[in-house]
Amino acid sequence: MSSIIHVDMLLHSMSNYLNKKLQCPRDEVLMIGIKTGGEWIAQRLHQLLELSQPLGKLNIAFYRDDFSRIGLHPQVEPSSLPVEVNNRHIILVDDVLHTGRTIRAGLNEIFDYGRPASVLLAVLVERNGRELPIQPDIIGCSFCLEAGKTIKLCGPDPLSLEIQTINE
Amino acid sequence: MNNIQINSQGQLKHFLGIEGLNRDILLRILDTATSFIMDESKAVKKVPILRGKTIVNLFFENSTRTRTTFELAAKRLSADVLNFNINTSSTSKGESLIDMLHNLQAMHCDMFVVRHSVTGAPHFMAQHIAPDVRIINAGDGQHEHPTQAMLDMYTIRQHKPDFSSLRVAIVGDILHSRVARSDIHALKILGVPDIRVIAPKTLIPRELDKLGVRIFNDLTTGLQDVDVIMMLRLQQERMKTALLPSTHEYFNYYGLTEKALLVVDSDAIVMHPGPINRGVEIDSLVADGSRSVILQQVSNGIAIRMAVMAMTLGTIEV
Repeated sequence: MSSIIHVDMLLHSMSNYLNKKLQCPRDEVLMIGIKTGGEWIAQRLHQLLELSQPLGKLNIAFYRDDFSRIGLHPQVEPSSLPVEVNNRHIILVDDVLHTGRTIRAGLNEIFDYGRPASVLLAVLVERNGRELPIQPDIIGCSFCLEAGKTIKLCGPDPLSLEIQTINE
Repeated sequence: MNNIQINSQGQLKHFLGIEGLNRDILLRILDTATSFIMDESKAVKKVPILRGKTIVNLFFENSTRTRTTFELAAKRLSADVLNFNINTSSTSKGESLIDMLHNLQAMHCDMFVVRHSVTGAPHFMAQHIAPDVRIINAGDGQHEHPTQAMLDMYTIRQHKPDFSSLRVAIVGDILHSRVARSDIHALKILGVPDIRVIAPKTLIPRELDKLGVRIFNDLTTGLQDVDVIMMLRLQQERMKTALLPSTHEYFNYYGLTEKALLVVDSDAIVMHPGPINRGVEIDSLVADGSRSVILQQVSNGIAIRMAVMAMTLGTIEV
């Protein structure tokens, strides 16, 4: 399917929501994108919100719960959080929230860096199929997909959403 | 001979030796190690990937550095680690290697990190172990020490990213060195065009030239314009016959000094697998000098061992 969703519009509405939702001084905010799609979204939101602290990147490969089933994910770049996590208000950003397992892994990794004051979850797309009690605070759009379908963010430039059929 | 370490999908199942591996696997080990270089700001310097796994360090030969970095690597991956003290174990009571292995296996361990004075001992264990248990060679006889070679390659790549244009010299006791053998295989596989070996004739194994290296008996001639100098420890404990007149004379001819380094570029790096014999194979001024990357090798050893452990334990049989 060709993309009919305007990702830029979603990003603008997400940043407006975030602006209203953030109660703390902006320099206490640390935005963290989950690689790779979440990082692309976080880069745009970081610009739109004009945050002063540099963007953090999270690679959750070593925190996944499926290592014993599918083994090590090939990847190169490690996580990097440029400022201290302790007492920071974190906005955790991902592209698609599906089962919730990626966010579970991301939260665990963040807490290995320190104790944040709070964590908000912002996702471009929220879809059905949750397997854990994890819900987003800021949503670009919601989808209800039938079995065998997946939604994927393509990018980084331009960003577009595609609904694909999973090949078994 | 190392095919046993690769599974049917071409993935690393055991890590027994560099010989017989391909370039893609070596690069994958180096890249995976990069992702294990820990962020200094991280309060908990661990990842949970091997939680619930048990790794046994089975050292039949003394080692401090290698065993410690294997232990640290396993702990940073959240595995449980058991260090087997062989001197006090049943082998001194006559238990065979295979019986010992079966007993340890019955305790549901997931990986054995093996150092043994006999060439091929880790291969032998890999052949007889249960299919879901992994073996890592931490040095066997005078054969191979593959994790040392990979941490050496990692350290070289940090300073000299293009293997295809390198001149590398390996200097010293090649005869007794499993590190040298593994390093030569790794350098060849990664495409290093000029590999030199510098040593007295008594410390060069027969038919070494068949590995595709150039052999020099004179230090200054061999070091001319090299980018990387890999020093080796003089392994006097393994010398059963008089191969050298004295360590003092060895230092005079083959010791790496600032004077000997006059024939190399200022950005050439000096490596040593440790432990260093200061004043025997290397001068303190060089070992502690600006070209020395010896301590970086030790740090990189942890990331490389994490990578190999995670890769082999993450290889799933289909």
